[in-house]
Amino acid sequence: MNTATTEPEAKVVVKDLHKVFGNKPDVAMQMLRDGKHKDEILKQTGQVVGVLDASFQINKGEIFVIMGLSGSGKSTLIRLLNRLIEPTAGAIIVDGEDVATMSKEKLLNLRRKDMSMVFQSFALLPHRTVVENAAFGLEIAGIDLKERERRAMEVLEQVGLNTFAKHLPAQLSGGMQQRVGLARALTVNPSLMLMDEAFSALDPLRRTEMQDVLIKLQQEQKRTIVFVSHDLDEALRIGNRICIMEGGRVVQVGTSDDILQRPADEYVKAFFTGVDTNKYLTAKDVAQKEQVTIFDHPDEPAAGFSAALERMRMYDRVYAFVLDEQHKVLGIVSVESLMACMNDPNKKLRDALLPGKEAIPSSMPLNEVLRKVVEYPCPLPVVDEHGEYIGAITKTVLLRKLCKEKTA
Amino acid sequence: MSYKIPLGEWVAGGVKWLENNDHGAFNQIGSVIDNTTSAIEHGLIATPYWLFAAIFIGIAYWRRGWQFATFCAASLWLISNMGFVEQTLVTLALITSATLISLTLGIPLGIWAGRSDRAESVIRPTLDFMQTMPAFVYLIPAAMFFGLGRVPGVIATVIFAMPPVVRLTSLGIRQVNKEQVEAGIAFGCTPSQLLLKVQLPSAMAALFAGINQTIMMALSMVIIASMVGAGGLGNDVLSSISRLDIGLGFESGLGVVLLAIMLDRITESFGVKKAVR
Ligand SMILES: Nc1ncnc2c1ncn2[C@@H]1O[C@H](COP(=O)(O)OP(=O)(O)OP(=O)(O)O)[C@@H](O)[C@H]1O
Ligand SMILES: [Mg+2]
Repeated sequence: MNTATTEPEAKVVVKDLHKVFGNKPDVAMQMLRDGKHKDEILKQTGQVVGVLDASFQINKGEIFVIMGLSGSGKSTLIRLLNRLIEPTAGAIIVDGEDVATMSKEKLLNLRRKDMSMVFQSFALLPHRTVVENAAFGLEIAGIDLKERERRAMEVLEQVGLNTFAKHLPAQLSGGMQQRVGLARALTVNPSLMLMDEAFSALDPLRRTEMQDVLIKLQQEQKRTIVFVSHDLDEALRIGNRICIMEGGRVVQVGTSDDILQRPADEYVKAFFTGVDTNKYLTAKDVAQKEQVTIFDHPDEPAAGFSAALERMRMYDRVYAFVLDEQHKVLGIVSVESLMACMNDPNKKLRDALLPGKEAIPSSMPLNEVLRKVVEYPCPLPVVDEHGEYIGAITKTVLLRKLCKEKTA
Repeated sequence: MSYKIPLGEWVAGGVKWLENNDHGAFNQIGSVIDNTTSAIEHGLIATPYWLFAAIFIGIAYWRRGWQFATFCAASLWLISNMGFVEQTLVTLALITSATLISLTLGIPLGIWAGRSDRAESVIRPTLDFMQTMPAFVYLIPAAMFFGLGRVPGVIATVIFAMPPVVRLTSLGIRQVNKEQVEAGIAFGCTPSQLLLKVQLPSAMAALFAGINQTIMMALSMVIIASMVGAGGLGNDVLSSISRLDIGLGFESGLGVVLLAIMLDRITESFGVKKAVR
């Protein structure tokens, strides 16, 4: 098999791309050629250099993630690809044609047929129903009503929203709205999709869910996706290759392994580790709220053993934390300890607590946490300075965190 | 040394010059306005008052429900009881024609101002000028150009009533969410598709608020315009002032207020419904 050695086919080639915001781009470009820094240019001329000398290639069928701090030029770069922002200099070659210099008609045609975009704020049209929104691209391209609604319904079914076709966007949750945003981008059946922080406005659970939807769609039909994100976890999860930007420059492009193992410079390194994390990480930073918690109501006659057991069964957990009404951690129970007390009508939830399990203060440094966690078989609760529950640490979570620190 | 710039002389000279040299154009504009207004007026007066009232109350019921319909019925009855039917209809005709003209000019201007910063920078100060220049100042030259009657009245009303719809249309278009506009462009909208499918639908609520404001301004100006012989309820207000007739003044004033409330609530309802739906 020699497929592994063949060069990947390019979908987009970006060459020496620049964007200067302001009324004197030529002056700024000349100063850039003279080696002036963009801060200096801003101070002297008031021109903002948004993207600076970007050159890279996006391969066919890959998810290409653009990362960087706020203001590093991610949104500008992705908008240059479909010319929502006019480039100041350079070339953007999509399927062999330069978008930067192509005629208005060609550009319209490209946007209608082969390129689409998903936005951070969803950007649905509020006065249109879900299906009308999904069919928007086809409507603009002049496809007749019946045909475009048929295709929009197909795509809505793919993203699981066909039963909401007649709803208005405002009637849907954020996650569902972004599915509509995704459907709108998919209905035109583009080979290139641009997504600017498409999932950033969603809560973590919805975000992973949408990432899964995207990955699934990718398996059904390979498209080239450019995805802007500021979330490292998201980038590692969905990105085939990652592009790191800093101050308008592209500082590194590579697979996540490439970048983790061979960061181009200190900036990239810092990006993947946070700043000197090991020294500053405490229990609070690794605590996760994934464990089952049970509230103890001492005044009620029923001890609540069955309810507790049922919930632990539901979440597939062996241990659970018992909290009082102020969220203070009382202790840990296990399925066994609950079962043992269950048939004794005089026993309360408190009687099922396992002996000797103490909570970890949130400020405890990680190396000490490690010592505690290996001592006990169960996850340990983390509490804040008032003794209130903020999460739990398991061996797996802790090890994964430490490994990440090591590789970076 | 005190040199006074002869601003006033220049303007007066300009008006004189226009009066002498461009009569044909003014005549044509004048007759278009006159014909529109009198057509609306005749239409309204030819309709039996009970039919007019029934249609009006029907609209009131459709837009706002039976309470408001009852209010309209009572108002229309009071107007006829006070003997102001004809004046009210004349005033309504003046408002309608002035509003139609204001909207046909104002909405495109507002769209233009909403989409181009340069247009906005010229249009805005012009609107300020139109709104703050005391009405009498242009009422007189208008009467000189077009002769006394409803034409100068309608023109003065248009000058005064057009700014709100221009401003609010422009504002509505500028307020459309930036990413929504980007989405329109990203999916290949031409500028006119962007306007019709993205910008205007989102600007609808603001646009209706502008139309409502324009109608209200037109109503207040139409009363003043009776000074140049536009007719309608304004005549009664005016003559009550000159005769110090407090009773007539109150009655005709009340007629204006009732008309204002009815028009306001009805036109307002269109904007609100559009925004919610
Ligand atoms: N229209 C504009 N006019 C002037 N400067 C702009 C404009 N758009 C962006 N910029 C500047 O360009 C730089 C890059 O902005 P950009 O929005 O691309 O950053 P970003 O990486 O997407 O940031 P974020 O994560 O906050 O979205 C910033 O300094 C910004 O202030
Ligand atoms: Mg951005």
